[in-house]
Amino acid sequence: MTTIIPPSQTQGRIHSIETCGTVDGPGIRYVIFTQGCPLRCLYCHNPDCRTPHDGKEVTVNELITDIQKYRSYMEFSGGGVTITGGEPLMQPEFVLEIFRRCQNLGIHTVLDTSGYVKLATAKPILDHVDLVLLDIKSFDPEIYHQVTRVSLEPTLNLARYLSEINKPVWIRFVLVPNLTDPPHNIRGLAEFVSDLNNVKRVEILPFHKMGEYKWEQLAYEYLLKDIPPAPPELIATAKKIFQEYGIKVY
Amino acid sequence: MLQQWKGFVSGKWTTEINVRDFIQQNYTAYEGDGSFLASKTEVTHQLWEKVKDLMAVEREKGILDTDTKVPSSIIAHAAGYIDKDLEKIVGLQTDKPLKRAIMPFGGIRVVKSSLEAYGYQLDPQTQEIFTKYRKTHNDGVFDAYTREMRLARHSGIITGLPDAYGRGRIIGDYRRVALYGCDRLIEDKQSQLISLELDTIDEEVIRLREEISEQIRALKELQEMAASYGCDISQPAANAKEAVQWTYFGYLGAVKEQNGAAMSLGRVSTFLDIYCQRDLDNGDVTEAQIQELIDHFVMKLRMVRFLRHPAYNELFSGDPTWVTESIGGMGEDGRTLVTKNSFRFLNTLYNLGPAPEPNLTVLWSEKLPVGFKHFCTKVSTDTSSIQYENDDLMRGYYGDDYGIACCVSGMRIGKQMQFFGARVNLAKALLYAINGGKDEKAGEQIAPMFAPITSEYLDYEEVTTKFDLMMGWLAKLYVNTLNVIHYMHDKYCYERLEMALHDRDVYRTMACGVAGLSVVGDALSAIKYAKVKVIRNEDGLAVDYEIEGDYPKFGNNNDRVDQITAQVVEDFMNKVRQHKTYRGAVPTQSILTITSNVVYGKKTGNTPDGRKGGQPFAPGANPMHGRDTKGAIAALESVAKLPYEHAQDGISYTFSIVPEALGKSEDDKTNNLAGMLDGYFHDTGHHININVLNRETLIDAMDHPELYPQLTIRVSGYAVNFIKLTREQQLDVISRTFHERV
Repeated sequence: MTTIIPPSQTQGRIHSIETCGTVDGPGIRYVIFTQGCPLRCLYCHNPDCRTPHDGKEVTVNELITDIQKYRSYMEFSGGGVTITGGEPLMQPEFVLEIFRRCQNLGIHTVLDTSGYVKLATAKPILDHVDLVLLDIKSFDPEIYHQVTRVSLEPTLNLARYLSEINKPVWIRFVLVPNLTDPPHNIRGLAEFVSDLNNVKRVEILPFHKMGEYKWEQLAYEYLLKDIPPAPPELIATAKKIFQEYGIKVY
Repeated sequence: MLQQWKGFVSGKWTTEINVRDFIQQNYTAYEGDGSFLASKTEVTHQLWEKVKDLMAVEREKGILDTDTKVPSSIIAHAAGYIDKDLEKIVGLQTDKPLKRAIMPFGGIRVVKSSLEAYGYQLDPQTQEIFTKYRKTHNDGVFDAYTREMRLARHSGIITGLPDAYGRGRIIGDYRRVALYGCDRLIEDKQSQLISLELDTIDEEVIRLREEISEQIRALKELQEMAASYGCDISQPAANAKEAVQWTYFGYLGAVKEQNGAAMSLGRVSTFLDIYCQRDLDNGDVTEAQIQELIDHFVMKLRMVRFLRHPAYNELFSGDPTWVTESIGGMGEDGRTLVTKNSFRFLNTLYNLGPAPEPNLTVLWSEKLPVGFKHFCTKVSTDTSSIQYENDDLMRGYYGDDYGIACCVSGMRIGKQMQFFGARVNLAKALLYAINGGKDEKAGEQIAPMFAPITSEYLDYEEVTTKFDLMMGWLAKLYVNTLNVIHYMHDKYCYERLEMALHDRDVYRTMACGVAGLSVVGDALSAIKYAKVKVIRNEDGLAVDYEIEGDYPKFGNNNDRVDQITAQVVEDFMNKVRQHKTYRGAVPTQSILTITSNVVYGKKTGNTPDGRKGGQPFAPGANPMHGRDTKGAIAALESVAKLPYEHAQDGISYTFSIVPEALGKSEDDKTNNLAGMLDGYFHDTGHHININVLNRETLIDAMDHPELYPQLTIRVSGYAVNFIKLTREQQLDVISRTFHERV
């Protein structure tokens, strides 16, 4: 069912580019924010990346030309290219082609995904990915649904598959007070992760309010208005739980 | 071998004045990390507390105290102390700590008005001497200025000129005092005089002979000054303490004699390390004692003060002195010039807390030891007090014993000097091109009259043709103006001691400069890629612009605009190069504004890039605020494209980032910042200031300055106590791009 598209014509929709990404994978990274996301996370800090038809169209060629301008920084810092979003896997051909060409150039590739995707769609892309940042937004399926409006199962399936093929993974978990912070939720995730054999680290992303202004600009209703940023004690407690399972946590 | 040189490897340096050779023969490169460093001693703590108290009073009063009568010289003031029992390194500019001296040789009027601004009166006799009997640099300049020069100065197209204050940016090789002692240096100068007994004694020779005689006098006075502190510097320094002390005396003599805009120290840390290492190897001292010496030395450097008019603050805010010390770098033979002292100097930022002075400048190379790279980036993250310059780029021009004068001006120590020339306002020049030489604010004819642009929309070809003519006029006027200034400065305000610590024949550069580069680049880009409609007032003067459509902006690594901007740099430089300079100085230029980007902006009307009249320019070579939208690295790459070969006096870029945007863990931050510097310099960027700060901190500091006495922030080419900036400048800093996407 796959149609072969010549590389020069492959294109996709992106929201923006950040040339100095330092928090989406190792080193300094050229970060591509793709447009479109099936999740509706309550705390989303890029709600402007949601709708698939917004953003701007670019070709893989254009991106690869631009990416190559930043090779010094990637090489010196041990960085590379990260595709995040939105949900990159909504544009599988586009993302695959970027990663394939980056790897041909010897550039380290990172995919940041929610995992909400058919395994068959993800599989061919993963051949060209050096590291996956897998966002498991909650382990309790009900909380997961409450946070994202979609189901948890595809994400866990992807996690298991990544473990099977031994693909390096960083698990990311957004810690939101009064939402994702129940101990059983964190413990469940820690237990699940400890059974996987490919997880290099877990990153706890403390809930922050920096994206809130975007919700206002987009006239979306922001339900977490009254939720405070995650306090240091809460972060420490969550970290400790992961550490109990022998997991490297940041 | 002299007793003081025992244990040193001899070489050319033993028979000629050659500090570089001494360093090369004797230094111990250090490839490790900062774990050997000592924290401050109790004595250092006590002494620094006293200084901090004095500085707190000074902040409140504006200045702590000042002389009103005695023109400063190397020997004008009696010895002064903070606390004699605690000070390991002694010497103050006047008889009391932080008491300012008056230096009327640059100009008496500015001394008088500066004193009055702080509620003091100039002694009538001193005023009489310097108005009736002794001419000043300032008087000389205005005797010779042409009508056109006065007009350009008045309109603000050329500003910040050192015509009423000391030009600075000359670095004496203060290390010579420690290595050789004054007797030997005087002997050398005397033989230089003999070498100038030539068949033809023309103006050039006469001038040099007179200067060298003055230099000898200055060296003798330096000995006398040191003697007043109980030190005999006629002979070389015999140990680390003396080496630091002798070097400091050399520098102190210079800042007693000259109120230069920038009074830089040079490159002393690795030189001094040789003495420190010898003492450590001999078991004479401990690491804590060595650090104490460096801490006390740096404390003194933090206390350098000049009496300046508050209006000077508009241009160069926060009482800067640019005691720039260049640290690290690589040698021509491939060994690193990083020593333990490179770490110790940076460690003062922990032991004494962050501070703008001395202006600690790391000469960065890809090949620097990793331990040092990571230590530097950690210190940057913690203190925002370091600037970085590209050693791999500059070594090719200046060898491996150069230093930075002021902010970004590289020069071989003891062999090269510059005639500082402030800068021209290129954005205004572009508006003059559009308005046929008339000032866009006053309507006054400043440049020669030629046909203004009269079309409704600006045409790229027409604008660049006229801009080219305008730059030609400006370059000519600018160089001629600088010729006048430096002729008079040499004549009436000569840097006797600083030049005594130079070779006989010095390589001189005429350091021109430009401001408003990113405004011009963006304006030309808008004219070329969008449509720019001209709004004229009733007199037909173009006073505003409407942009239809979008255009690429400098700072996004987009060649379409970056190349235009780089071309402007090259074009203006080539115009400057066409003119004859005083003393055969080689013309260079900088892209540097310091904090004057605010006042330049204030004096410049609406520009075709969409910037509103009065709004600040971006500092130095920075992209305009908020127009760099592709992240920090894209902005770095745009700046790195500006051609250093056509801006050899330096290209300044100021970078601010929130800590979280550098990475998650401390190790990530350190590694990423080091990678960023490696990438930027590999891609031939020249200079970068690094601020790792939250905007909220700065806003809080504006409201509660008393809580942030040491909050330091790097602005174009130097660092300041944030709370000493004018409110306007504080707002400008806060409004700049903080890279914060996380």
